[in-house]
Amino acid sequence: MAENILRLEDITMQFGGVVAVNDLSLHVDEGEIVALIGPNGAGKTTAFNCVTGVYEPTNGRVSLLGDVIVENHPQGKMKGQYLGENAGKYTQVVRHTPDQITQRGVARTFQNIRLFGALTVFENVLIAKHMRAKQNFLSAAFRLNAKEEKRMRDEAMALLKEQDLAQYKDEVAASLPYGLQRRLEIARALATNPKLLLLDEPAAGMNPQETQELTDFIRKIRGEYGLTIFMIEHHMDLVMQISDRIYVLDFGKLIAQGSPAQVQNDQRVIEAYLGVADDAEN
Amino acid sequence: MNEKKSKKGAFIALVCVAVLLALTIVLENTLDPTKNIMLFTVLKKGAVYALVASSMNLLNGFTGLFSLGQAGFMLLGAYTYAILTIPTDTRSAVYYLYGGCAINFSLPELFGGGAAGLILGVLIALILAGCVAAAVAWLIGLPVLRLKSDYLAIATLGFAEIIRAVFQWDKLGPVTNGANALKGFPTFSSFNIKGGLRLSTFVAFLLAAVCIGVILLLINSSYGRAFKAIREDEVAAEAMGINLSRHKRLSFCISSFFAGVGGGMFAMFATQAQAKTFTTAMTYEILLIVVIGGIGSISGSCIASFLYLACSEWWLRFLDTEVVLKSGFKVPLLRNGFRMVVFSIIIMVVVLFFRKGIMGDKELPDLFRARKNAKVKGGEGNG
Amino acid sequence: MQYALSIFLSGISLGGQYALIAIGYTLVYGILRLINFAHGDVFMVAGLFMVYLSSWFPLWVALPLMLVLTVLLGFAIERAAYKPLRSAPRMSVMISAIGVSYLLQNLATYVTGGLPKSYPNLPLLSDSLVIGGVSTKWVTVITPFLVVALVFALTQLINHTKVGMAMRAVAKDFETSQLMGIKINSVISMTFIIGSALAGIGSMLYFTNYPSIVPLSGALPGLRAFVAAVFGGIGSIPGAVVGAFIIGMSESVIKGSPFSIFSDAFTFALLIVILVVKPTGLFGEKVTDKV
Repeated sequence: MAENILRLEDITMQFGGVVAVNDLSLHVDEGEIVALIGPNGAGKTTAFNCVTGVYEPTNGRVSLLGDVIVENHPQGKMKGQYLGENAGKYTQVVRHTPDQITQRGVARTFQNIRLFGALTVFENVLIAKHMRAKQNFLSAAFRLNAKEEKRMRDEAMALLKEQDLAQYKDEVAASLPYGLQRRLEIARALATNPKLLLLDEPAAGMNPQETQELTDFIRKIRGEYGLTIFMIEHHMDLVMQISDRIYVLDFGKLIAQGSPAQVQNDQRVIEAYLGVADDAEN
Repeated sequence: MNEKKSKKGAFIALVCVAVLLALTIVLENTLDPTKNIMLFTVLKKGAVYALVASSMNLLNGFTGLFSLGQAGFMLLGAYTYAILTIPTDTRSAVYYLYGGCAINFSLPELFGGGAAGLILGVLIALILAGCVAAAVAWLIGLPVLRLKSDYLAIATLGFAEIIRAVFQWDKLGPVTNGANALKGFPTFSSFNIKGGLRLSTFVAFLLAAVCIGVILLLINSSYGRAFKAIREDEVAAEAMGINLSRHKRLSFCISSFFAGVGGGMFAMFATQAQAKTFTTAMTYEILLIVVIGGIGSISGSCIASFLYLACSEWWLRFLDTEVVLKSGFKVPLLRNGFRMVVFSIIIMVVVLFFRKGIMGDKELPDLFRARKNAKVKGGEGNG
Repeated sequence: MQYALSIFLSGISLGGQYALIAIGYTLVYGILRLINFAHGDVFMVAGLFMVYLSSWFPLWVALPLMLVLTVLLGFAIERAAYKPLRSAPRMSVMISAIGVSYLLQNLATYVTGGLPKSYPNLPLLSDSLVIGGVSTKWVTVITPFLVVALVFALTQLINHTKVGMAMRAVAKDFETSQLMGIKINSVISMTFIIGSALAGIGSMLYFTNYPSIVPLSGALPGLRAFVAAVFGGIGSIPGAVVGAFIIGMSESVIKGSPFSIFSDAFTFALLIVILVVKPTGLFGEKVTDKV
């Protein structure tokens, strides 16, 4: 059996009394493309934020290639407020800041693009190389290790060429058209040399043709960079075409999982998306 | 291609700085400093302020951390420098209220006195001044750098005030001389060779140029890019593997280091160090220089500091003196204090209507490059 | 005992005066998320208004005129220096506030010629009285009551009038309330008007206790009042008042001890501890960032 590259166990994220993610357990295997779908406000991005260290989950464990990267159990004020049942399962507290998790090989993009707007396309990609550079601020400032700087520049340039972004390298990122900004954000994530890539609504705001191009693009980068991809997406065409497996989240709870075909015909998924017939609200 | 260009640019910049330094020597030895007091005051103080403004820009403009503690770190630097360099035999006179100083050595003397001792002693004292400021910044940074924008500003401002109060404390008198000024240490004028070359302005420019050069090198390195990434978007920077707290603290410490060196140089300029001069108003002054020069432009900060000081201390002086025309007509408004009113109105106009300042976030060489690029692009369009 | 009483009295009156300034900070911060660095200087200028007006007019004209001019000043500052920067980054607005503060101080230096101006004796307020063997001025006794009355009036205004509702809405969500048809600019002006009026009253109470005013007189009381506002939880009026009384009391205690040089240092140390331990202050609401 292939190793789980990413594994979430009983992840619960509670903000006060509001449960945003409720006992979410899932796994992503090496080389897979897995999608996390669900209506707005289902807790998908919150789940991503728990994996990447932006939020500290209230309870549960996240492991990357068998190493625990996040683990927590209700503490302090949350002890009384916790609404789940798996509090006893986890005893240790492991927390990593987002940068540490990125260094371990998890890269991500954001739902609303977060590029370094005033910097050039080249600099945006080059920044990803900073964390692994063998230097300190003195050697960097006094140019004691020019080879390292050159290596970083070369790698960043090579990546821009592979992504067909080389001709824009001196453009200011904020001035790029929307579609290119999305691609640059993915290129920037790839520059961190990830094993696992988390895409948060990569096709948001795209028309059908652009979405189709993105589908091919995601397949392509999975092959070229040996990636595993875990993504949140609303465009069902894209999700159904590309995913090996799909998880469906509603009100923070996992309601279905399986192959695209299985999920498509799942009664609960249809209800979650379209609402039940006697639902007074809709 | 790009690297070659930047190497060429660096070379040109070095030549320009060398020319500028040579010019200060020529200027100081051809013009009589006693007749051009204002010019040389502005030049020396301008060099000091250029350094401090650049250090503030590193933090506020490049890392996006809005800190108002600069005067506090300058104070630390000024006192460290003064305490380490006051000659041992004048110490009892300076510290007469406290019956002498608790620290009884002087760096220039430790290095054997004379010209070599002076140069080495002053250099090491300035570096140590920076180190003390950086060390305090490291300690302060632990709790404070987690705060967001304006809270960070007010907390650092508070720290500067606390430092000022501590240095005026009577109990520390044997070290800090309480609320009294420290005097008698080597100043810029100490570098004038008796009967020979006058080098005081040159020394001020050289020290400032070296420090600003280091700041520029840092900004253009991988660390500088990381700082800019933090300024642009903290969450995205973290997702790119940049350790926020480490980089913020690094930027804070480096900025404070150079503020400390600048503080030492300010003491050299003012020929004394006294806690009550390093007020919040001084920080505001430096902040306004940064704003006028352009937040995110080191060359802007340098140009602005000379302009600012020339205006406030020299060119607008005439506004402070009453003028009565021959016909007996007294020109209205002109009297003591009017200069600063006009000056602050100019500043408000810049803040409100020219928000990018003189340089925006561009450096001097960018301007030339931009013109060249425009030409190239224009040419392509025609062809 | 007498000593303790005199410290208590001066603490409580200082606290009341800071409270009146702190409300101006807290209201403006609540709505614009701006530390109005010029507020302390508005307070100082109000004092100068009183100095000049009382030498020209009888008190019953000078006093209301001072309040009107102070309010106009606050209103004008907002219109001239903050409104054009509504969509600019927060740092720019703060720099503009620092610029205004610089301008007001320099203007004051110009007008007064840099000389300290003695504050007029106000009937009743400046009169002395003796409580429990401690001689003090009436202003010390009146301040806390006046503050409580004003704060009560202000909370009534905010909780029960249309303007007050608009202010609360804008403080909660700037953009949405704009979409709801609230005239943002008049609400903001209203905040500055209220803040300046309170600063005017505060300056009258504060400077009666001091022999004279100099252009820098506003800076430190302003900062202390701001600390008080943060301490109480910025955006909260009761918070600002409670914070101000705590700051005023502790300043009075420290000023009476051998560590008087550290009174401002203590205020700032308190600020930093609060910001680090509980950034929302005593009564503030928590705001979370969305990723």
